[in-house]
Amino acid sequence: MKHFAANRMRYFLPVKTIIIITTIVSIIGIMTTAFKSKTIFPIDHAKYLDKNKDSIESVQAFMKVYKVLMSPRCVNCHPAGDVPLQGDDSHLHTMFPKRGVDGKGLYAMKCANCHQPTNTAGLHTPPGNPNWHLPSADMKMVFQGRTAHQLAKQLSDPKQNGFKNKEQLISHASDQLVMSAWNPGEGRSLPPMSHGEFKKAWVTWINKGAYVPK
Amino acid sequence: MISLNINQKEYQIDVNPDMPLLWAIRDIVGLTGTKYGCGVAQCGACVVLMNGQAVRSCVTKVSRAEGQKIVTIEGLSENNKHPLQLAWQEIDVPQCGYCQSGQLLSAAVLLRENPNPTDQDIDDAMAGNICRCGTYLRIRKAIHRAAEIQQKGIKNG
Repeated sequence: MKHFAANRMRYFLPVKTIIIITTIVSIIGIMTTAFKSKTIFPIDHAKYLDKNKDSIESVQAFMKVYKVLMSPRCVNCHPAGDVPLQGDDSHLHTMFPKRGVDGKGLYAMKCANCHQPTNTAGLHTPPGNPNWHLPSADMKMVFQGRTAHQLAKQLSDPKQNGFKNKEQLISHASDQLVMSAWNPGEGRSLPPMSHGEFKKAWVTWINKGAYVPK
Repeated sequence: MISLNINQKEYQIDVNPDMPLLWAIRDIVGLTGTKYGCGVAQCGACVVLMNGQAVRSCVTKVSRAEGQKIVTIEGLSENNKHPLQLAWQEIDVPQCGYCQSGQLLSAAVLLRENPNPTDQDIDDAMAGNICRCGTYLRIRKAIHRAAEIQQKGIKNG
């Protein structure tokens, strides 16, 4: 009996302990795979080898984009609430038209009821575009109140940017309604840079990796 | 020549395509029920229906209206028996009456799209129509009454 007990001591293996520790480590390992980046650029090791991507240049470009997107010409139609904003001071749009389900307004206050296909001449008249609307209720694409970090994350997430992929995101800078910000009608200030400069910064931000500022 | 379809009639008018529709309706065609209030789409007195939508004719160009179906206050009903007109009479809504054409046509869009509007729906639909006389309370009451009349009309066939 004593001999048998001594043998057991010499070849002692804490089997139960090993099984428990292995199980815990496995669970932790499985859980860490759930932390995925949901940007248009899945994080993979190839990124670090891609010479085109440049986090510093990308973020610097985005900070230029941010200045434009937070100007009244953009924020006014990307409000936090359901009433568009108006004017260089981004006050609530007079008469409080509402977004509606499709972003085109409600009842007798639909956007196109007043906003014509082109600008109406004169001060305090409605600016125009054939496609005047807000983002829809299920994809609000809010700019108002966003930090640069929040906005960059939102813009690069297809689930929040209108399901746009990289190519669609790039071409959106030349969308007719977007470009109407640079022809806003009398009495309205322009965005802080030309459309050409804005588009260059936009494309740079995306092509250099769509990095999100901290 | 520009062809306008107003209240189911065709009118051929020789005007600049950039002329505001309001001018064409009032001065050329002669339908003066639609009013000029501000000229900058801020009061709603000029509202007419274009393909069923309440556009502001003071800023809408004739070129945009060409080939579309325009309905003015004169064309809201054949014999002034639209539920809104009946309700407006019953509750005696207008004071000076200047804004009322626009009010009625905006309300017509509301009732067509929402046959049983709440007060919030009425606010959302009618906030763009201003009344200097302050008939808002009666307008709201009349819209509710018109909704009832409309529902009864549907039930009775």
